[in-house]
Amino acid sequence: MSATDPTVVHDVVIVGSGPAGYTAAVYCARAQLAPVLLEGAVTAGGALMNTTEVENFPGFAEGIMGPELMESMRAQAARFGTTIVTDDAVEMTLQGAIKQIRDGAGNEYLARSVILAMGSGYRELGLENEKRLSGHGVSWCATCDGFFFRDADIAVVGGGDSALEEATFLTRFARSVTVIHRRDSLRASKIMQERALNDPKITFAWNSAVEDLLGDDKLTGVVLRDTETNAARELDVTGLFIAIGHDPRSELIKGQVDLDDSEYVLVDAPSTNTNIPGVFACGDLVDHTYRQAITAAGTGCAAALDAERFLASSH
Amino acid sequence: MTDAATRVVTDDSFATDVLASDKPVIVDFWAPWCGPCKMVAPILEDIATEHVASVVVAKMNVDENPKTPAHYGITSIPTLNVYSGGELVKTIIGAKPKAALLADLAPYLG
Repeated sequence: MSATDPTVVHDVVIVGSGPAGYTAAVYCARAQLAPVLLEGAVTAGGALMNTTEVENFPGFAEGIMGPELMESMRAQAARFGTTIVTDDAVEMTLQGAIKQIRDGAGNEYLARSVILAMGSGYRELGLENEKRLSGHGVSWCATCDGFFFRDADIAVVGGGDSALEEATFLTRFARSVTVIHRRDSLRASKIMQERALNDPKITFAWNSAVEDLLGDDKLTGVVLRDTETNAARELDVTGLFIAIGHDPRSELIKGQVDLDDSEYVLVDAPSTNTNIPGVFACGDLVDHTYRQAITAAGTGCAAALDAERFLASSH
Repeated sequence: MTDAATRVVTDDSFATDVLASDKPVIVDFWAPWCGPCKMVAPILEDIATEHVASVVVAKMNVDENPKTPAHYGITSIPTLNVYSGGELVKTIIGAKPKAALLADLAPYLG
């Protein structure tokens, strides 16, 4: 049986990978549902593929590299018989007993149940020059691009764990790292805060919003607006790493699956049931509260168990 | 990877293998620590195999070859640069799915 045989109706197709999708695949495969996993053409492995050390995933006392953790979860899913397709879903028809999914190569998949785990994408600042200067000083991936900013003065925008992890990582290369944050306190975990606050290379631009990006063919600086005094100032940096959060990747299912005001998928918590019978959702596509690898894995497991129960009751 | 369809280029071989090539050359600037680069690598192997008659696909490790990326102002990877007749004619920054890359590269794929 080929995964892409258009006449086969699969028990479950999982769309998206990362800790949620891979964990759902491990559980579905062990339940002998022969899952098909569309892991993403270039986003396979999810957000952790662009991180370095993961120190808070239980079971790895000394920490583990994000990509290695994902590679290991993927191998575990494959070991129990998941068919892994390295492509994106580009179209989904989720209503009805048989759901249809089409991938980027044009293959059609039919399924009795679908687990949605598309995760989230980087949020942009929404500034006019952002696209033009992307790849020319503006970056969303510190692990990819930090290398190019040796001895440079650079900045990170954001106040969460991701921002501080990036800032701390970037001190390996940069001469100075300024963390630009809209408020006067950080959302990040205490341990990350302490590390960044004590790092001699890191300084903080508190109560500051990025208002403009300067530079013709490459970034030369940013304009900051003080959120309290409204005063503007320029900060000379040749690199700007944006870590201001994520938005759920729910465009493809909008209009079919119920979403909240921020476009996260609504589920009937504590289950992973969406408004459509046989369609389940997990991970960062749903969760704007916890957003951890371990919570994503947890909801991926729940989605697999929900799908398994749904299939048992409808057979 | 001796059976790779892509060719490895270095700072030293860039002028000969890329700039002096009689076919357009797509150069993938990458590094081992770059996650998105890993995702693009198999797509480029495919493109190299499928379009062997019209283009050369080459890979440059930026960690080992600092000069060429600096010369072309690369500050983000993966970056795909297309060179034709010794000139840089196209730049694609960031990992993209195969269909999107094929659309971007269409003018050079014959």
